[in-house]
Amino acid sequence: MAKGKKEVDDRFGKFGTVSFTSISKVNDFVDYLAQGKVMGTRCKQCGTMHFPPVADCAECLSSDVEWFEVTGTGKLVSFSTLTYGPVGFEDDLPYSIALLDYGDYKIFGRIAKDIPETELSIGMAMKTEPLTLPNSQLSYVFTKA
Amino acid sequence: MGRVGIIGVGQSAFVRGYPGSIRELAYEGFKEAMEDAQISNKDIDASIVCSAPEYDKQRSPAGVMAEYLGLTPQPTFYVESVCSSSSTGLKVAYSMIKAGLHDIVCVLGFQKMSEISSAESQERMGRGADIQWESPFGTMMPAYYAMYARAHMAKYGTTEEDLALIRIKAATYGQMNEKAVYGKPVTMEQIFDPERPPVATPLKVFDCCANADGSSCTIVASEEKAKALCEKPVWILGLGAASEAVNMAGRDLFTGLSVAIEAGKQAYEMAGVGPEDIDVAEVHDCFTIAEMMAYENLGFAKPGGGKELIGAKETYKEGKIPVNVDGGLLSKGHPIGATGGSQIRTVVLQLRGDGGPMQVKDPEIGLVHNIGGVGLYGNVTILGRS
Repeated sequence: MAKGKKEVDDRFGKFGTVSFTSISKVNDFVDYLAQGKVMGTRCKQCGTMHFPPVADCAECLSSDVEWFEVTGTGKLVSFSTLTYGPVGFEDDLPYSIALLDYGDYKIFGRIAKDIPETELSIGMAMKTEPLTLPNSQLSYVFTKA
Repeated sequence: MGRVGIIGVGQSAFVRGYPGSIRELAYEGFKEAMEDAQISNKDIDASIVCSAPEYDKQRSPAGVMAEYLGLTPQPTFYVESVCSSSSTGLKVAYSMIKAGLHDIVCVLGFQKMSEISSAESQERMGRGADIQWESPFGTMMPAYYAMYARAHMAKYGTTEEDLALIRIKAATYGQMNEKAVYGKPVTMEQIFDPERPPVATPLKVFDCCANADGSSCTIVASEEKAKALCEKPVWILGLGAASEAVNMAGRDLFTGLSVAIEAGKQAYEMAGVGPEDIDVAEVHDCFTIAEMMAYENLGFAKPGGGKELIGAKETYKEGKIPVNVDGGLLSKGHPIGATGGSQIRTVVLQLRGDGGPMQVKDPEIGLVHNIGGVGLYGNVTILGRS
């Protein structure tokens, strides 16, 4: 690092197959993933649970938030399997994107690679689990409950 | 305060690989609108330039367009709401005229998508979603709409065949529209060709609109100017606009677009009309499922009833509510920033009786439904002959 330059906390660049963001106030999310935890934030002022995690609560305009761990199961809201992918994702194909509803919040992500589409149905219970990708990036996937 | 009218409309042919630069592409839609309005560029008080900037190398295109089209020294600026940019532009033009700032405003939409590869453009379009929390999973527009399709099918029993009927209708009219990028018929066999894997299940290649290069232009005027300059002005009766969470995790509805419901409600209320009063409509069919949801979100059918509407061919030219009789985004093509202006042009021509082979019978009131992103921005515009 060049002399006089400030160190940049760009941990968020570790999130996902290709990350388009490197600096965020919720960078700790990535460290939690490395520890095997998928975490959201809860506003300490109004109690709203946020996923994806936020540094600032739009419900009450407070920035006093704390981390909570995503546990239990969510219901599969919908999903789709891609056979074409954007630049940078070709090696992952085919893969399925999906949304889980946990009641207080929803989580967007991918279905675990080993679950065939024929075994998926809307409304089924699934879990969210942290995952280290082949390119050593960090992510999470949905697995059968 | 008087009404606001549309006195000229134009668009370029929508093509793959336009053989010219963005300013030359914009000129084509502009020239047709100016000839339609029969005015000179000195009559235009301000211009609003609409596109999605990530496809262009030119930074701040408004100034370049104003220079090339002879619209300096009048004010010009840029407006963006991805695929609904030029409908947003129309709303801004309406507001400026209604406020008394200007008498005649030109809304110019353009997009030259061909300068980047299809995979690159998919990646850029994917970045119209949440780049921090969704794009790292490898998202694309078809996959998001596919999630809506899957949810719609699960809730209402809509089938891939129902969606295919929408594609076949689009191709029927694409063949009549000399400006369409896809002028060929489409058959059930082609749509379900096992040699073509789905793009994003359950959506297949023919469920998706074609990228295209194109431009569109709408000349908007105060009531006084419109009456003085134009034999058949078309009046802006209602404008509705809404936004929704970018991230799917922030949404509650997956069998319809909340922005379309909200924008439609606003536009109907402002115009003092209901869905039953609409004689012709242009809806944002970037994917077949998008048109199916539009039928329901705009009140042409009850939720889940879209499949019966298309099944009975009620959205064909001769039906109860003709939709996308110019081929829609599916066949006409979808040059992002130009799309809204092209939809507006189609409805204006219909209301004037200038629809040519696509003309529906004597329409009085028309509607334009233009969506940005995956239901991220919604614009609904209601136009009338009187």
